[in-house]
Amino acid sequence: MKRPIKKRSFFRWFFYRARGDSPAKRLIIHLILVIFCIMAVYPVLRIFSVSIRPGNRLLSTSLKIIPEDTTFGNYTQVILNRDFLLWLWNSLLITTSTATIGVTLASTSAYAFSRWQFPGRKPGMIFLLATQMIPAAMLMVPIYIIAIKLGLINTWRGVVIAYSVSSVPFSIWILKGYYDTIPHELEQAAMIDGTSRLGAFYRVILPLSTPALAIAFLFNFTQVWNDFLIARIMLQRAELYTWPLGLQRMQHQWQTQWGEFSAAALMVSVPVMILFQLSSRWLISGLTLGSVKG
Amino acid sequence: MQSLSPQLFAKSLGEVGTTILFVLVAIIAIEFLLYYILKVKLNHVYALPFMLVAPAAIGLLLLVAYPIGYNAVLSFTNMSLRRFTVERGLTYGIKNAVENFVGVFTEPILKQRHFFPILFTTVLWTFIQVSSHVVLGMFLAILLNRPMKLRGIYRTLLLFPWAIPQIIAVLAWRGEFNYEYGYPNVILKSLGLEPIRWLSDPFWNFAAINITNIWLGVPFMTVVLLGGLQSIDRTYYEASEIDGAGKIYQFSHITLPLIQPVMTPAVILGVIWTFNMFNIPFFINQLELESSDILVTALFRAAFEYNRYGFAAAFALVNFFILLVFTLAYLKLTRFKFDVGTLVTATGKKRR
Repeated sequence: MKRPIKKRSFFRWFFYRARGDSPAKRLIIHLILVIFCIMAVYPVLRIFSVSIRPGNRLLSTSLKIIPEDTTFGNYTQVILNRDFLLWLWNSLLITTSTATIGVTLASTSAYAFSRWQFPGRKPGMIFLLATQMIPAAMLMVPIYIIAIKLGLINTWRGVVIAYSVSSVPFSIWILKGYYDTIPHELEQAAMIDGTSRLGAFYRVILPLSTPALAIAFLFNFTQVWNDFLIARIMLQRAELYTWPLGLQRMQHQWQTQWGEFSAAALMVSVPVMILFQLSSRWLISGLTLGSVKG
Repeated sequence: MQSLSPQLFAKSLGEVGTTILFVLVAIIAIEFLLYYILKVKLNHVYALPFMLVAPAAIGLLLLVAYPIGYNAVLSFTNMSLRRFTVERGLTYGIKNAVENFVGVFTEPILKQRHFFPILFTTVLWTFIQVSSHVVLGMFLAILLNRPMKLRGIYRTLLLFPWAIPQIIAVLAWRGEFNYEYGYPNVILKSLGLEPIRWLSDPFWNFAAINITNIWLGVPFMTVVLLGGLQSIDRTYYEASEIDGAGKIYQFSHITLPLIQPVMTPAVILGVIWTFNMFNIPFFINQLELESSDILVTALFRAAFEYNRYGFAAAFALVNFFILLVFTLAYLKLTRFKFDVGTLVTATGKKRR
């Protein structure tokens, strides 16, 4: 005889799978996590809150997230009256071009590192590791002086060149690790079928490595997209500003532009966060696969 | 005020386009040259891998190795904004280098503050940060590493600070440390406590910088450690439970040793990143209190606010050696083999 299915209460549902742990312990764990989550999320919600406040109530000491008189005036104000679009365009242009250069350079050299034991391979890998330890701050003085001497300061060209290899070492690692997991037999089969070594790389390895390439691109992209230091050194004219420089300039005058600053901040970070979420699955597969050494 | 005009649009596109074209032409030229030398002339076995590596290698040499070398050269000069070229009094020589390096340790680097107090602040800052990242990260990772409801939601929310661009988080926090309107002070006031002068009081400014960076840094450590915890086989725990091991014993004898391969690189990277963290100490320190400056921000000020380039170059070298010595010592102490996969594993290990 079938037993009648009991409808579970919320409490039972909530503590379902509570293997061994008492409900009280479960509750405490959930409480701790909720507190930490609030601490993590609240400052971000505050930005949102300030961005939808009308201008005359910016300096309120209320802790409420959604104010009674919600308005999107700050958003239209930023888009229409500020250089916001210019900053975004500058950032986008610089970022995509440097990420393209970086991934192109990394994808080919990672293949060499993965497949050949050429002389200088080991020192090369150590050199790549060492570059990760060198902070941007260490390079800022020489890069600034070199850029001045070459007339590259205050140009898009200069920034693109200065950024172009910044993420190459990390990308080479990711890609090399990923290539290592692809069996050599695949290329050999392609070569027996009549293509050259490079043809096999281009037609077999690269298409198979799309997730790793995407990660490398994304890494390059976010690295440059969020960078402040090099941009601050290289770009001093307002027409060249990337968004971090622009937002920093905006935030300088606290009282007057706080709402607009928040609106702009959200508009910049939401696409990045969505990209982050969407790519996280790819990221996981690419990175874990890449880290398994063949 | 500038805005995005069609002229500017075309100009920027043209400039970046020609730059990419230039890079492409340079790569092709290098490849042809190498092909000619290695394949046609020498018929070298490793001609192809050398050709594949060459563009990235040359790029890194020109843009990373050369500036480092140039930095060393700069430390042998007395270059500053006034003495920028040889005609304007720039000199090269050992005397300058001695002056610069001795100056780093004896002269004030900022207006008043000398090297060692700044170093002390930096070490304190790095220690507070890395230890609280590891402790809190481990705590959260252990809480999250158990079957329960809403786990995915907790994880997503806890990762929030990591996902938003750092610059935005920092600028937002800087606003929140406002005396009157920032929410920490609003909460303090509503509890009937004295509000804190986050921006002008040296102690509380340093605290504010630390709070911001803990908020920013814990999520990353949590993810890394959670990945490490999830890769530990459950059977170890079950076996030890049968043998009567308690929770604390399990933690110190199973969890900690087995999470070591993930934790060591994460800690090393954490130290390097925190030591070199620029954005947070620079921005939260709105009133430019010298007491909150760490080595990196002091370097920035020496170079770009006081414009002492030769001196700053020497200072940068000193900073680099401190970090290098620490890393080597740590690697030696933990007997850790830093092979190529570990960094990728550490930064990317994130399993479900």
